[in-house]
Amino acid sequence: MNKSRRTFLKLGAAAGAFTVTGFPHIWSKNSSFAYAQGGEIKVGVLFSLTGTTAIIEESLNKATIMAIEEINAAGGINGMKIVPVIEDPASDPATFAEKARKLVMSDKCVSVFGSYTSASRKAVLPVFEKQENLFWYPTLYEGRECSKNVIYTGAVPNQQQDDFVPWLVEKFGKRWYLIGSNYIYPKEENNYCKKLLEGLGAEVIAEEYVPLGHSEFSSVINKFRSEKPNVIFSTVVGDSVVALHRQYRAAGLDPATMPMASLTTSENEVAAMGGDAAAGHFTSAPYFMVFDSPENKKFVEAYKARWGGDKVTHFVSESSYFQIHLFAQAVAKLAPSDIGPLGIRDAVKGEEYKAPQGLVKVEPDNLHCWLRPKIGQCKADGQFEILQQSADWLEPNPYSAYPDQKCTSEGLKQI
Amino acid sequence: MDFIVSQILTGLSLSSILLLVALGLAVIYGVTGVINLAHGEFVMLGAYGAWLLQTQLGLGLIVSLIPIFLLVAALGWVIEVVVIRHLYDRPLDTILATWGLGVMIQQIVRLTAGGELRYVQMPPSLSGSVNILGATDSAYRLFVLGVALAMFCLIWVIYRYTSFGLKLRAITQNSGIASCFGINSALAYRVTFAFGAGVAGLAGALISPLKSVSPEMGTTYVVDAFMVVVLGGVQSLLGTLASSGLLGEISGVLAYYSNDTIAKALVLLAIVIIIRFRPQGLFAPRVRA
Repeated sequence: MNKSRRTFLKLGAAAGAFTVTGFPHIWSKNSSFAYAQGGEIKVGVLFSLTGTTAIIEESLNKATIMAIEEINAAGGINGMKIVPVIEDPASDPATFAEKARKLVMSDKCVSVFGSYTSASRKAVLPVFEKQENLFWYPTLYEGRECSKNVIYTGAVPNQQQDDFVPWLVEKFGKRWYLIGSNYIYPKEENNYCKKLLEGLGAEVIAEEYVPLGHSEFSSVINKFRSEKPNVIFSTVVGDSVVALHRQYRAAGLDPATMPMASLTTSENEVAAMGGDAAAGHFTSAPYFMVFDSPENKKFVEAYKARWGGDKVTHFVSESSYFQIHLFAQAVAKLAPSDIGPLGIRDAVKGEEYKAPQGLVKVEPDNLHCWLRPKIGQCKADGQFEILQQSADWLEPNPYSAYPDQKCTSEGLKQI
Repeated sequence: MDFIVSQILTGLSLSSILLLVALGLAVIYGVTGVINLAHGEFVMLGAYGAWLLQTQLGLGLIVSLIPIFLLVAALGWVIEVVVIRHLYDRPLDTILATWGLGVMIQQIVRLTAGGELRYVQMPPSLSGSVNILGATDSAYRLFVLGVALAMFCLIWVIYRYTSFGLKLRAITQNSGIASCFGINSALAYRVTFAFGAGVAGLAGALISPLKSVSPEMGTTYVVDAFMVVVLGGVQSLLGTLASSGLLGEISGVLAYYSNDTIAKALVLLAIVIIIRFRPQGLFAPRVRA
């Protein structure tokens, strides 16, 4: 009784807002706004189409649009079409925040899918927390975040490293060289890596950070030569990763005895550096383009048919794709009047979806995803060979490097 | 022993890239006094030239070097005629104009070639490594070092031992008086600007197999180039050689004992201190004001 009365009130308020068109929306708060109107559900798509990270974010935009088109072509969500509002934040965190505000406040989107870098996610976070809206973030990241307004569908450190680090220690040895770009992501990944290495009795012989955009690695390579590490754990990103691989190869070092192990080198980065420079090195990720599953075959074929035969899919475009399907499943469970950012968030908790990487699930506690990590070795043709995959899906733990903290549904808890 | 050799080689490799990138700027700045902020974009165009010739025509890097030099030099010529020559007496305006040119070139490349990172294949004959006194170094890096020194010698010979060089030196000392003696300083400026642009293009092509090729890549090189030229002394070619050698070796050693982030900061700090006490640079030639 209570529930239906509330529903009635909501509908009434929404109808009120609708009929008094001349009025500004001052008195119609977000909570009483009907998000599903006229058989349409508006969502925001916020990936940079221009600027420095446009190359990678464009592929995320494409995977997102493709998933929306798929759902609409199959009849939409309970007959309602998803209508994407696409904005270009131009690789600039301040513009990200501004566009996010527009999507949430003036376009009244029920959710926004977007962003690639941690800097841009941090920039939009206050918008979604203040407006009680919902943001979907597809990128692997450093963890250490516990927002109730973000669904994280990319991997956190424990998911990429738990299998990877012991496997590398066993196969190559215990002397590790950690090299990364100088910002938050590599430092947090290395924090967790050092913790794992300590447990395995392995030794970190150097931990070094180069400036973002750095492209001269001759000193670093000189150190590789003299220190002779068994594994080079690389969290170098952007155009630096291309320079590092090409100079490593020019120096005549051998991936068979001193491989680089990366958490960010996907098919996309390999295409930028050339397969010859990447061949022999390792990456850990939940998804590789060559992964053999019926869902992935369908995904890759559809992607190429929609965007061009020379395009590659990679682990961030895959999560951009499956998070739309998770969104659709969650919305489908709700009555039209209950469709709203927080309703969707509660409905998506524990939701499962058969993604190209395998079955994934949203963890109700921390809103990150259970994923299926794999270890791939790059080949000269630019694709990976999958050497090992985790036996089961892996629980996300955004605070894996900080055992005294835990992200729960009530927020961050000290243990 | 092999450690010291490999450290020296690393420094030389850093120096050779600095020298290549700075030479074009030193020539242009030294003779015409134009602060060319589009210099990094000439470097970038050279790298894109190498990429284009390799992917479209299947040309190897070494045979592409001369066409790339000529193409970028031709572009430099056009830019001098259309923009720079109107601004010789207005140094502040040239800074703004060349900066604007740089932005335009970047965006044109982004719109035509796309924003993706590109790479250039190393010549197969130079893709191995070489053993020198127990230390190994990339054959390609040694090749770049050789070309950098050869380019320096060529410019030195032109500057010192040809009549064109004599005219350039006269213009550098006092362009007004030089004109009175019948030297066509407008033409000399044009040739110099085109030549400097061509050398920058050559530098871009040579470094492209070691770095990633992207529309924004020039920005870092223009800073490096100015650092070298300012430290060496604006009108001194020998100063450019010495300061690129010095900066390369110092940052090599600092990066080895700490890391690249600290090396970069310390080198910049050292330059600030040196410029404070020797504003004319380390090797300023004695010219009458």
